[in-house]
Amino acid sequence: MLDFFKGIFTFWDSKVIIMILEGIRDTLYMTLGSTIVGYLLGLPLGIVLYVTSAKGLRPNPFIYRTGDFICNIIRSIPFLILLILLIPFTRLIVGKSYGSTATIVPLVICAAPYIARVVEASLNEVDTGVIEAAKAMGASNLQIIFKVLLVEAKTSLFTGFTITTGLLLGYSAMSGTVGGGGLGDIAVRYGYYRWKTDIMIVTVVLLIVIFQIIQNLGTYASKRIDHRKH
Amino acid sequence: MEEILRVENLSKRFEDISVINNLSLSVKKGEVVVIVGPSGCGKSTFLRCLNGLEEIEEGEIFLDGEKVSSNKKNMSKTREKIGMVFQSYDLFPHKTILQNITLAPITVKKRKKAEVEEEALKLLDRVGLLSKKDNYPRQLSGGQKQRVAIVRALIMHPEVLLLDEITAALDPEMVREVLDVVLSLAKEGRTMLIVTHEMAFAKAVADRVIFLEGGKIVEEGAPNDFFDNPQTDRLKRFLQTFSYEK
Repeated sequence: MLDFFKGIFTFWDSKVIIMILEGIRDTLYMTLGSTIVGYLLGLPLGIVLYVTSAKGLRPNPFIYRTGDFICNIIRSIPFLILLILLIPFTRLIVGKSYGSTATIVPLVICAAPYIARVVEASLNEVDTGVIEAAKAMGASNLQIIFKVLLVEAKTSLFTGFTITTGLLLGYSAMSGTVGGGGLGDIAVRYGYYRWKTDIMIVTVVLLIVIFQIIQNLGTYASKRIDHRKH
Repeated sequence: MEEILRVENLSKRFEDISVINNLSLSVKKGEVVVIVGPSGCGKSTFLRCLNGLEEIEEGEIFLDGEKVSSNKKNMSKTREKIGMVFQSYDLFPHKTILQNITLAPITVKKRKKAEVEEEALKLLDRVGLLSKKDNYPRQLSGGQKQRVAIVRALIMHPEVLLLDEITAALDPEMVREVLDVVLSLAKEGRTMLIVTHEMAFAKAVADRVIFLEGGKIVEEGAPNDFFDNPQTDRLKRFLQTFSYEK
C-alpha cells in the first residue's frame, strides 16, 4: 500500500500536474458550457411543452406531440452513439470534431431534451390553484409564466439544474473516449491505454470531488431559495 | 338599483354530466347573493363560469351590460373586474404577503409600485395583518392566509367579488375572523356572490339567498323567508340537515 502511494508521488512531476490542472479546467468548461447552452435551448422548450400540454395554459396537441417526439428520440439515443453521429454537425459548427469546445456540441444536443423534460416536470409541480388564482386576477399567459410559474417552480428548477450539471459532468468524462479532453480524457488515455493506474485514480477522485461540490452547492442554494418550508 | 351582473340560460356540462342547467340570475350593484346547496350541486362551478375559469356550453353572461362570455380575447379584462377568493387561499408560496397582494395590480394593471404598496398596506391594516407584510404564506394561519387572499382580490378594485367556500378549509376558530371581514365588505356595499356552508353567516350577510340543486335554482328569497319559511320540500330537507334537536 505504501509503495503504491510512493509510486504516485514519484510520478508526479510538473508536467503531470499541469496536465491534470488543465483537465480540471477543460472538464469545468465543458460541463458548465454545455449546461448553460443546454438551458438556453431546453428551458424554453420545457416551457413550451408545459404550456401546450393537454392541461397547460394553451393546449396545442400538434406542438406538444412534435416537441415530445423530438425529446424522446434524442433521449433514447445512447450518448456515445450521439457523439459519433454528430461529428459532421460538430465540425460544421466548431470547425473540428475533437477538443473540449467541440464536445460541448453533442453535450448540448444530449442535454437540451433532458433539460426540457426536467423543466416540464418542475412546472407541472406548481399547484394548479395558484395558477388559477393568477388567471382569476386577469393575468395573461405570459404574465403567468414569468411572474408566477417560474417563480413558484424555482426550487424545483434549481434542483433540476443541479442534477443536469452532475449528469453532464459524467457525460463530459465519457466524451474523453473520442478525444473530448478534460479529466475523462486523461483517465482513459493514461489510466486505461497506458496502464497508469495512479493517474486514473487521481482523475476519478477529482471527478468525485467536483461532483460533490456541484451537488452540495446546488442543495444548499435550493434550500436557501425555498420559502415554502423550514 | 342598477343591475351589474346578468346570467342568461347558462349551461355547463362535464362530459356527460350536466352541472349547470339553464340557470339565469340577475345581480344588482351592491347586492350580496349567497348560494347554498348540497355538494355537487354546481355552486362552485357556477362561480368559476362567471370569471371564465370554466368554459360554458350555452348561455350568456353580461357584466355592466357588456357581454363577457364568448369573448375569450377579453377574458382577462373581465377577470380584472371580477375578483375571486378560493377555498384553498392559493397564495403564491414564494412571495411575501405584500408581494402576493401587489403582483396583479403592478403586472396586470400596470399601476405604480409605490402607490399599489401604499394601498396594500392600508388594506392589510384593515384586516389586521399589517405586521405580516414581509412574512411568507407558510408563516400564517389559515384564517390569516384567507384574509390576505381577500385583500389580494380587493386591491384589483373588482366590481363583483366571488367567494368560493372561503371558510371550508378553516378551523372553526378561524372562520369568524374571515367572515367578519366579509361582513364589513357587505356593509360598505360591495357586490358579492358567496358560496358557503355557514348558514348563520349566510343569514347575516345576504340580501338574497339562492338554493341550488342539480345546476338549477330551486328556491330563492330574502334571508328571513328563506331560512324561516322555506317553500319547497327540498329546501326544507336541506335546512334540516343543519339543525340538531335532542
